[in-house]
This record gives sequence, structure tokens and C-alpha cells, in this order.
Amino acid sequence: MRILIKNGLVIDPVKQSREIRNIYIENGIFVSGNGFVTDREIDAEGKAVMPGLIDAHCHLREPGFEYREDIVSGTRSAARGGFTTIACMPNTSPVCDNAAIVEYIIHKAEEQGSCRVLPIGAVTKGQKGSELAEIGLMAEAGIVAVSDDGRPVEQSDMMRKAMIYANQFGLRVISHCEDMSLADGHMNEGIVSTELGLKGIPAAAEEIMVARDIILSEYLNIPIHLAHLSTARSIDLVRMAKDRGVPVTCETCPHYFTLNEEAVRGFNTMAKMNPPLRPESDREAIIAGLVDGTIDIIATDHAPHHADEKEIEFALANNGIVGFETAFALAYTWLVRSGRMSLEKMLAKFTTDPAKILGQKLGTIDSGSPADLIIADLENSFVFDKKQIVGKAKNTPYDGFELYGKIVMTVQGGKIRYEA
Amino acid sequence: MQLISKDLLGLKELSKEEISLILDTADTMRLVLSANSKKTSHLQGKSVVTLFYENSTRTRLSFEMASKFMGASSANISASGSSVKKGESLIDTARTIDSMATDIVIMRHQQSGAPHLIASKINASVINAGDGMNEHPTQALLDMMTIRKHKGTLEGLKVAIVGDLLHSRVARSNLWGLSKMGAQVYLAGPATMVPPGIERTPAILCSKVEDAVKDADVVMGLRVQLERQQSGLFPSVSEYARFFSISEDVLKMAKSDAILMHPGPCNHGVEMPTAVYDSPQSVINEQVSNGVAVRMAVLYLLTSRRNQ
Ligand SMILES: [Zn+2]
Ligand SMILES: [Zn+2]
Repeated sequence: MRILIKNGLVIDPVKQSREIRNIYIENGIFVSGNGFVTDREIDAEGKAVMPGLIDAHCHLREPGFEYREDIVSGTRSAARGGFTTIACMPNTSPVCDNAAIVEYIIHKAEEQGSCRVLPIGAVTKGQKGSELAEIGLMAEAGIVAVSDDGRPVEQSDMMRKAMIYANQFGLRVISHCEDMSLADGHMNEGIVSTELGLKGIPAAAEEIMVARDIILSEYLNIPIHLAHLSTARSIDLVRMAKDRGVPVTCETCPHYFTLNEEAVRGFNTMAKMNPPLRPESDREAIIAGLVDGTIDIIATDHAPHHADEKEIEFALANNGIVGFETAFALAYTWLVRSGRMSLEKMLAKFTTDPAKILGQKLGTIDSGSPADLIIADLENSFVFDKKQIVGKAKNTPYDGFELYGKIVMTVQGGKIRYEA
Repeated sequence: MQLISKDLLGLKELSKEEISLILDTADTMRLVLSANSKKTSHLQGKSVVTLFYENSTRTRLSFEMASKFMGASSANISASGSSVKKGESLIDTARTIDSMATDIVIMRHQQSGAPHLIASKINASVINAGDGMNEHPTQALLDMMTIRKHKGTLEGLKVAIVGDLLHSRVARSNLWGLSKMGAQVYLAGPATMVPPGIERTPAILCSKVEDAVKDADVVMGLRVQLERQQSGLFPSVSEYARFFSISEDVLKMAKSDAILMHPGPCNHGVEMPTAVYDSPQSVINEQVSNGVAVRMAVLYLLTSRRNQ
């Protein structure tokens, strides 16, 4: 199918520029417009046209937890949120720690999914932390990184071996930074946890592992990517490391720059995640880290759960929230519309920068690239309604939020994957 | 004046006026209790269910006596028995109870916030009889009732609370309640058992028990679970007793007419020596009888709110 997208404001995160122009798509790739005959013409006047978003961190729950989400529902939800490429974490059941499961995920997504799925393999067999998973064979099968996300690689020696070995196959370790001995709690440790009588998780539980991973990365001179950073000191540690030339990259998630620990009051399990929501000063520091470039990318950590796993006692409720369908609008509303950063800069954290970290030639609208793009309405606000989520799970704290940046169309590989 | 919420979940949620209302009503109930008949018909035709996921014979009995004295029919469901099916969710259990036209559910649970979850799902009024480390509002109310009886007021008093502050819902409820009523709470205990961010509450934290107790009007000991030693919170029971117990010498530092309290059950020789527990300053036995009066007051106020 040939598609012409007319008169949109095209935002280019590579050139960091914007201009009103037409976009041409043929055989699934962007082409120049010479002598173009179109099958479908889309008028994007007054809308922004951007490369498709890339999520470097999500949980699709298949295989094993299909009652929460599966590849079909998860990718449908991703497409509605403007994502054309998503990298899914391996903490499924069984764990994605071998080539067969990698192939299953890729195949299923290609056959039935609504966007490109890039699996992330486990670091260790069964994510148990004791033996390396078959990283080389999984690399051959198509993984784009390794991670034991959901839990840390606790032993420093195992982390060191994993970094060295994964690096040999051109992959980096994505580290879920958590000192488990300090993390025996249910929300951020501080005045709010004291007032609610909930066990707290101190910021140090994250920061100690951030420091360890930076030290290993510096010592080995091997890249590492730190997942879902949430505290001011984590960002400071990464900032200092980058100044020294340490090959460390990191991500945060929309909830860490849009919400703080106050959201937990009333024992609101929709505000329960790991790492936990932090105090306002940390939220501010996350925004500062995004603005000055210390934080490379924004990932969703899309974590679907069944209603029964959230409508229970706070301490027993599962961690995490769904993220695909709110991520872009939250980032646009909190970072761009608020005047903290340009759309071009924010967009790079959803496109070119995650592509780089995952080693993919994606996230651009240059001719010859895969035709992944989104069209968004940046002018009109909308009220987010969790009942309209197209993923299976509705565990979001953003129900009823007024946001800007509604995705009106998602095209991936030249196919229209979502249309409002 | 009546209570604003249909539930009593914590003193955090109550206004100063509501606390005063409960304490005044409890004083009246105490008079009823000391009268010969010991019975009122305020709860005639009402159904009260105690739903205890944690064992506490004392608290449950106190509530059951309160409901009985007021003519309510009461049933007891304990999670350790067969009444709560294995694997049945909290919400399912509560909805079942609610569907049996229950007026009041009195709930004790090991998880903070469990009564809040239930309260939002059912029509019956929920009384929190202790949830995790969060609150134990009726205990703090009976403590305040006892203090008020001896001191005439709560306003301007110095109240020292000593012991395991971190895990204590009694300490938290008293802190929120007493501070609202104008008392100044001083806290002391092992530094490993001080809740984070305590400096941002109205309480004053002292590093020595002596500093907290000095010139206090009220000295309150908290129960410490001796098993906590195994998780590294203090080195040994004898060391705990040496530095954090309310000894005779420590109690002497309080005002001469200070009263001594403890929510019970007390580890004698750890939280305080038996001599202190039994001293003339101790009002611990009185706390128990005031507990019934406070619970009658709460039951009465919640049901009369429901009647409107
Ligand atoms: Zn994680
Ligand atoms: Zn994750």
C-alpha cells in the first residue's frame, strides 16, 4: 500500500528540526515523493507527524501470564499509544532464557501483533542469578539486550560475567537496580510510609546498585543500561559517571516525572510500583535529568496486572502499572507543554535514543527506513479514560487525567496499526 | 454533632471535634457501665460482626462486651478458624458479611490499609481494630480518655511514648490523636525502631528515654516483640531493657503526679519492671475498663449516624 501523509508538521528527532511537509510510504518504507501515486491520502494538517515510538522496556506477559496481557493485546495497546517497536522483558513463565522462546515471541508478534516486538533475553537461567542464560543463542534468535528485570543480578561477580559475555555478542545488560536486602517494603520510605504504616523502601536500595553497576561499567569499559531510575542521587551518580566517560545509559518512566509518593495515600494500589514513587524533590530531579540529557530515554515499564492483583491489601498488591497508552501524552504534557524541553528533544528519548541503545536502525523518517510513524494532536486536550484502554489490564493511576498529545494514527512497516 | 465518616479507620482521619465527641460520649458510657444494670438498648436490633485476621482476645472481647452491653447481636469470624475460607479474598469475605445486613464490621488485620479497602466496598460501617503498622484508633481513644480523666484535659500535656515506635500502630494513633488534641508527644526508643520521617510529624524525638520522660505528665510504654531481636533491630533483650525500659529511676524523672500507661500485654522486665507496672502511678488496669466504654461510644455514634 502507498500512503501519502499531507501537510503535517513533521518532527525530526535526528535533525532536531520541524517543517510542514508531505511524507510518502511505499512497500513499508519511507520514500521520496517523485511521481508518487497514492492508495490512501491522509490529511495531517494541524497535527504533528513523528517517527514511531520505541519502548525499550515493557512486559507483555506471554508466555505464562496471558490472563494479564498477551502479545496480541499488548501490541494493540502499544500501537494505540504510538509505539511501533517495543522491547519486552523476559520475566515470563517460562522465563525467556533460551532461543526457542525468543523465536516464539518474534513469530507470534509478526503473525498476530500490531507492532514490532524485540525480545530481551534473561541474563541468567530462570532469572535465578546463578548461571548465565544462553545469551549467544538468544542473540542469534533476535534478542536486543539481556536483563533479569523484575529482580536484580544480585551477585556482582555474575553481573561482571554477564556484561563481558553479552558485550561479546554486541548486547548490553539492562540492570534492574535494587539492593534486595534494603528493598523489603511496599512504598518509598519516608514520612508518607510512616503515616500509612507501610514498610518503606529507601532510595538507597536503588542507588547502591546504580553505583555498583557504574563501577563495573567503568572498570570493564563495557556499556550498561540502567532501567527505571527514580531518585535524585541515582541521576547524580549517572551524571558524574557520564562526565568521566563511563559508557552508562539510563531510562526513567513517565510515572517518575508525573507522580510522587503522595499518590499512594488512601492505600492506592494503582500507585504501587517498583521502584516506588518518590518524594517531590526526586520527581523534580528526574525532570532535570531528562532536560540536561543525563537520562537517555523514557521507557514505559508497561506492567499489566489483573484487577484481582490490585484490588487487595496494599502490601499484597502487585507492583506496576500499564504504560503504553499514556506514555507519550504524559511526556508531552509534563515535559514539552510545561516548557521544560523541546518536542524534538523529548521525542529523541522515545525514538532515536532507545534505537541506539537497542542497536536498531529505527526511529527516523529518512527515506529508505522502515515506515514507522505516528500522527498526534498536540493542540487539544483529552481526558484519559481507563475504560478505553485496549490492552487487557487497566491498572493505571491516570484515569481521568486531562492530557495533551493524543495519538490519532500509528503506522508501522507501512501498515496502519491504529487509527483514532 | 455526629461523626463525619461512616467508618472509624484511624485518628488521622478524625477532626479534633470528632475526637472530643467520642471522648465525651465515652465518659457517659462509663457512667452507664458503673451503674447497676450495665445495659443500654442503644444497639437493639443491630448486628455487629468482629472479623479478626490476627489474634487478639483482649481487643475482641472488649468490642464484644461493648456490643453486648448495648443490646446488639454480635457474631465473631476469625480467619484462623474455618469461617474464612482459605484463599477467599478479603473483599469477598467482606461482601458476604455485608450481604447479611450487618451494621458494623469490627476488623483487625495484619496489613495496613485492609480496613480502608473493605470500607470502600461495603455498606456496613467499618471499625478498625488494628491494621498492620498503621492505626489502632480505639486503643488511642481509650488512652486519651484515661489521660483526660486524670489530667482534666489533653491540651498542653507532655506525653512520652517509649519503645518500638516503628512497628507500633498504637504509637501512631496516639501521635495523631494526641497532637490534634493539643498535647505534645515525645518519643524515644532504639534508633533502629524509629519510623522514617518522624521529624516531619508533630512529635519530638529524643535519643534518650530519660529526655523523653523528663517532666512528662504521661509516660506510655509500648510493647516490643522480642523476636525482633532476630532481625537485627536490637542486640539482646537485656540490652534493650538496660537502655529502653521505663525503670523506676526513669519514671522518677517524670512529674510526680505523672501517670504510667501500657497498651498491653506487657513484657515484664523488658518494657518496664514489674514494680513500675504495679506502681501507684500505673493506670494500666483502668485502661482496660475504659476500653469498653470507648468502644461503646464508637458503636453508638456510628449506629446513630447510620439511623439518620
Ligand atoms: Zn525492573
Ligand atoms: Zn520492568
